[in-house]
Amino acid sequence: MTAKETFDRLAAKFPQFPLGYLEGKDTAILVKGENLVGLAQHMRDDEEYDYCSSITGVDYPDRFEVVYHLYSTKKEGGPVILKVHAERENPMLPSVVSIWPTANWQEREVWDLMGIRFSGHPNLTRILMWEGFEGHPLRKDFPGSEDEYIFG
Amino acid sequence: MTQEDTVPPELKRNVFIAPVDWIYNLGRAASVWPVMFGVACCAFEMIVTVTSRFDLARFGMEFLRASPRQSELMIVSGTVTKKMAPQVVRLYDQMPEPKYVLAMGACAISGGPFKDGYNVVPGVDKLLPVNVYVPGCPPRPESLLDAILKLHKQIRAETIRTSPWYRKDADREIPVPEYGPRGLVLPKGDKS
Amino acid sequence: MTELKTETITINMGPQHPSTHGVFRLILTLDGETVVDVEPVVGYLHRNHEKIGEKNNWIQNTPFTDRLDYISPMSNEFAYVLAVEKLAEIEPPERAKYIRIIMVELNRIVNHMIAVGFLLNELGCFFTPMFYCLRWRELVVDLYEMTAGSRMMPNYFWIGGVSADLPEKFLPECKEFVDAVPGFIDELERLLTDNEILQMRCRNVGVLPPDVAVEYGCTGPLLRASGVPYDIRKAEPYSIYDRFDFDIAAGTVGDVLDRYLVRIAEMRQSAKIVEQALRDLPEGETATPKKRKFRPPEGDVYHRIEAPKGELGFYLVSDGSENPYRYKIRAPSFVNLQSLPYMCRGHKIADVVIIIGSIDITMGEVDR
Repeated sequence: MTAKETFDRLAAKFPQFPLGYLEGKDTAILVKGENLVGLAQHMRDDEEYDYCSSITGVDYPDRFEVVYHLYSTKKEGGPVILKVHAERENPMLPSVVSIWPTANWQEREVWDLMGIRFSGHPNLTRILMWEGFEGHPLRKDFPGSEDEYIFG
Repeated sequence: MTQEDTVPPELKRNVFIAPVDWIYNLGRAASVWPVMFGVACCAFEMIVTVTSRFDLARFGMEFLRASPRQSELMIVSGTVTKKMAPQVVRLYDQMPEPKYVLAMGACAISGGPFKDGYNVVPGVDKLLPVNVYVPGCPPRPESLLDAILKLHKQIRAETIRTSPWYRKDADREIPVPEYGPRGLVLPKGDKS
Repeated sequence: MTELKTETITINMGPQHPSTHGVFRLILTLDGETVVDVEPVVGYLHRNHEKIGEKNNWIQNTPFTDRLDYISPMSNEFAYVLAVEKLAEIEPPERAKYIRIIMVELNRIVNHMIAVGFLLNELGCFFTPMFYCLRWRELVVDLYEMTAGSRMMPNYFWIGGVSADLPEKFLPECKEFVDAVPGFIDELERLLTDNEILQMRCRNVGVLPPDVAVEYGCTGPLLRASGVPYDIRKAEPYSIYDRFDFDIAAGTVGDVLDRYLVRIAEMRQSAKIVEQALRDLPEGETATPKKRKFRPPEGDVYHRIEAPKGELGFYLVSDGSENPYRYKIRAPSFVNLQSLPYMCRGHKIADVVIIIGSIDITMGEVDR
């Protein structure tokens, strides 16, 4: 099944969700943040996309984007790529941990390094850096860090 | 009084007279036990150095001790990150005197390829006094062996009279850095 | 008699611990010797691969991928190079494709051998099986050294091919190695598989049911041991994996012993693949003409391969310049590690180290 067919089927099934079709090397489906959990639920339960491979945050000049790569261990095909935009000021998206528990650490990583919050996440704390670190290093405007401590 | 008079004839061919330093350092140099502390990639070459092909046991180092309290050499085998730095310093403080540090690989020397990283300490010598540097990414087991021989040379050149760990006034404990909002900070109460 | 009251205690394990495979910390909540909860703490080897990857240009990133999962550097390069080739639509020559498969499958043998050696290490058989397995790693790193010039960090795969052709001595030595692998695995199995201690310590420890494994996003031997025969080499064949004949090993129970058996079976299959690749290796070029300035077209791409530890994916965003705009690594160890608390609950504290060993993690890849 091609990505275009998947998109057409989803668009017919959810007329209330405004979905976008993004053509490229890997074709993606653009979802609005508030519709993400509903669509994800459908993808897992009815379309057998039981395996969420990776969750990535990208810092574009005008927006943040989170990319979800979905595969199925039961049937051929994939990936179905969902893209969600978040605004630059105080980015916030719904969490998909309740649908794919694997999202837990991946969303924590996106929060830690990219600074996108996920509402409904059970434990949204920093994972790679320490608690109390300021800033989100993978943002393009991250200034770099400095140390006071040098062994003399 | 010559040597002839003091040494009884039955001991003449059995006694070996040497300076205390020489004999003491010989014993120390031949039994340096490293702490089993693999940080990153280089740890693997360190493990390989222990195996039969390279055989670290030839130099009296067959044991990688799991506890810092039983070891005297810390092979910093890889990138020290800022998140790891307090633990590295604490491990060093827990080792009994005399103690040595061997910086293995480009990362431990200067941060190596990861020098630009926001979470990387640019060289473990920013945290600890380093005795031997081993370049390479990762160094071959042979170069680690060579570094250990260099360390032996250093140990055998030391003398008890000036070694800092026998002096009462010398404080060799290193303050453990703390996590700050932008990087590592000096421990509180030590802002002098 | 009234029941004794118990209280839980919290124990810290790591980051310096002989069996945490590097700098990995666990906060264990124990009731006596039984594990109530485990909280993994990672990030002690966070070397900022993704940030540095954005500063480097596309070609400079290949040697950095070596240092992700430093036990299987060739697989990391393979995943990155394939992702860039997908982005820029480059087709490597046939000979290079076969050489890549040989290297990657040799890497899988090494990785699984080390995983088995470490597992035994953590069972208390201190370092003897490890030395046994490392002897065979030495043979493979010698092969790497003669082709790429480095034992551990070969930087051998280039965008559009491999950096050099195989030296003359490679083919006979590689053949000799591959022919010897089944015999060595038989020997290893005679020593270990039916060993009563190994059986008792590993059977029904750290059971991961198939549906939970998929929920947690586990891949690689960890997932297959739970009875899900999901292998990207078969599910979505990349490069030239569809030309080789091999089987997917799968377990039934999903415990530590099954993971050990799956790894043993995969080593045999990898040896089979290398044998076929050596047989079919064509003559010809090993690289497309190289460019000093490499600029892939705009766009984003995700490519994944079956690395020895699981699904290794690269998500690359290009804005048409010399540097990647976003360079994200989907590391198998990082995702697989999430299932650790589930597997440890209810077991004894001594089993925790075996379960970590059976997941087969490398901290360089967990923390990146």
